[in-house]
Amino acid sequence: MEALMNWLEAQLADNSIFTLQTLSYYGQGLSTTVQLVFLSLIIGLVLAVPLAIGRGSKHAWLRLPIFFYCYVFRGTPLLVQLYLIYYGVVFVEGIQETWLWVILEKPFVPALIAFTLNTAAYTTEIFRGAIKATPRGEIEAARAYGMSWGLMMRRIVLPSAFRRALPAYGNEVIFMLHASAIASVVTIMDLTGAARFVYARFYAPFDAFLFVAAIYLCLTFAILYLFRYLEKRLLAHLKPASG
Amino acid sequence: MIDLHGYGPRLLEGALITIELGILSLILAVLLGLLTASAKMSRSWLLHRLGTLYTTIIRGVPDLVLMMLLFFGGQIGINQITDWLYVQFDIDIFINVNEFVAGVVTIGLIFGAYMGETFRGAFMAVDSGQIEAGRAYGMSHWLVFRRIRFPQMMRHALPGLSNNWMVLLKTTALVSVIGLSDMVRVAAEASKATREPFTFMIIVAAIYLLIASVSEWGFARLQKRYDVGYGEAD
Amino acid sequence: MKFHKILSLGVLGAAMIAGSANAEVRDIRIGVDVPYEPMEYRTPDGELTGFDIELGNALCTEIGIQCEWVVQGWDGIIPGLQARKYDAIMSSMTINEQRREQVLFSDPYITPPSAWFAPKDVEIGTPSDETLEGMTIGVQRGTLQDNYVTDMYGDVADVNRYATADDMVLDMDSGRLDAVFLDFPIGKSTLLDSEAGNYKVVGEKITEPKEYFGEGFGIAFRQRDEDLAQAFNEALATLKENGTYEEIYTEYFGE
Repeated sequence: MEALMNWLEAQLADNSIFTLQTLSYYGQGLSTTVQLVFLSLIIGLVLAVPLAIGRGSKHAWLRLPIFFYCYVFRGTPLLVQLYLIYYGVVFVEGIQETWLWVILEKPFVPALIAFTLNTAAYTTEIFRGAIKATPRGEIEAARAYGMSWGLMMRRIVLPSAFRRALPAYGNEVIFMLHASAIASVVTIMDLTGAARFVYARFYAPFDAFLFVAAIYLCLTFAILYLFRYLEKRLLAHLKPASG
Repeated sequence: MIDLHGYGPRLLEGALITIELGILSLILAVLLGLLTASAKMSRSWLLHRLGTLYTTIIRGVPDLVLMMLLFFGGQIGINQITDWLYVQFDIDIFINVNEFVAGVVTIGLIFGAYMGETFRGAFMAVDSGQIEAGRAYGMSHWLVFRRIRFPQMMRHALPGLSNNWMVLLKTTALVSVIGLSDMVRVAAEASKATREPFTFMIIVAAIYLLIASVSEWGFARLQKRYDVGYGEAD
Repeated sequence: MKFHKILSLGVLGAAMIAGSANAEVRDIRIGVDVPYEPMEYRTPDGELTGFDIELGNALCTEIGIQCEWVVQGWDGIIPGLQARKYDAIMSSMTINEQRREQVLFSDPYITPPSAWFAPKDVEIGTPSDETLEGMTIGVQRGTLQDNYVTDMYGDVADVNRYATADDMVLDMDSGRLDAVFLDFPIGKSTLLDSEAGNYKVVGEKITEPKEYFGEGFGIAFRQRDEDLAQAFNEALATLKENGTYEEIYTEYFGE
């Protein structure tokens, strides 16, 4: 490790912008971006499954609020949602005195809430489509076996819906990665935040932003290949027999 | 009545900027999309590669980063070109990249890549027999494009086009970060000054939803028009 | 896209003309970042005002040119000058060595110190590595205060960087920040005066080391525009002599 740092330092000796210090900003930024995106996707996914089932409910009192939530969060910019939550929580009467403030004080959690609510809305619609596309025959077969609604969902509908949703969900993951760039607007030092810092300090737009663009490009490709691999594994049975 | 603390007119101006920005970038995106689709379907190896490179890079990098790169770096890059032109050829021009232009160009560039995919799929969905028939009638390339390929392609492209427009509309909010006074920026300024973020942000959210609903209606009308000649079942 | 034909000055043109003695100073555009009360800010109906704006207008009148103000975010303000979006920056910009490599500065026209501000109820001693440990500090991105805090306390404290001073004040109001580091007049106007009783100054006003805090605020020009800088320096001297400077100063800073 020591040797690596020395080597890196020697390589960077002539470079006034990409010093060890600025690289460490990019490094921390990368870690923040990955955490933010990963956590919001996981929580969003967990929320989206019951929401997607509820979205197709026969009961209007359940269906309509979920429809409205999805409509609003998919129809407005994430930036507006982020502003609303980041600045909005502050004006909830007396919140500074409660334990909640400890987590809402830092910009990370408000951003995480905004991102999670946003991705949950999109993911709900993706799953909704996938559930709706379940072949009639499978459902009839499950019914014929005397499966209860819960068992049918768990064993038949959801597993195949997840697989059908995979390609669309892969796009959503990439979309979230890119959308997370706006976290820098509320002072979070994510990848874009690091780039803006380096840009403002050294007045070097090309170095700062091209470098960060390259990192995002690598992350995008990593996600793309991960999902291509998953599709190959999980959707193998859907391929034409000859292929 | 909601008290806007005198920010009403500026908010309205901001909404107009959002709409202008959206429409201008949509036009640019459609043009770029048509070009990209042709490049990707072309037999030329180079054009094909260029088209692929463009879509890959655009789809791999966040909109905000591209926008900042273009806005902060674009002017310096353009000046280097114009300086070079001046030194080499004595041509003296100054091109000003303001926030609005940077916004239109970036959003246009980004969605050009997505439109390219939409149009490519749509062009391929046009029955090649019809094109051959057009040729057999002695129509020129351009006439075939105008009378046969384009109208039929649009039918297939409209759902994708409408989808891209909805995403594009929301992307315009990012220009507020590079300093353009669109309605999101006005609302952010107003929230900070009046300490009433809910009032202003919810109004802005409602305007976005309104624009989206109106466009949805408009696209449905267009779809009906381009569907003429096809059965309801289709 | 707009194509502005600049008839008299290109890059080389400017370099050549700069050599001649009686080069004509033309109308210019000045870049400014708002809001930064009381130096530069907007009234609610959108009009620009503040110490920089009034002094700048007075200087232009003195020189006999028309000046147009162009609003530009702080983190793009020097690239904007180099990119010819405007011809000068008058926006509470501290003269320091790092910036001297990028731009040409006029003589300093005001020399304000920087200072730490904190909410009344935050217990905080004279700022040092120990007292700031674990605190969240707000600065405006790309300012000398940002550089100073990042280099001195970046390892012990959380540094939140904001695009505008306004954002920073809002976050301190809501309790997200323990302290901010600002130009003293700005902190005085936005925190001490307008939010009476909620904020305090912590420790001494800071003007050292010079490598961060420089020699005061200057007007920035492109390196080659020496004539322009010269004209502003002469006008500044005149305004200081005839009392106009004093008048504007009193209007914004009192006494």
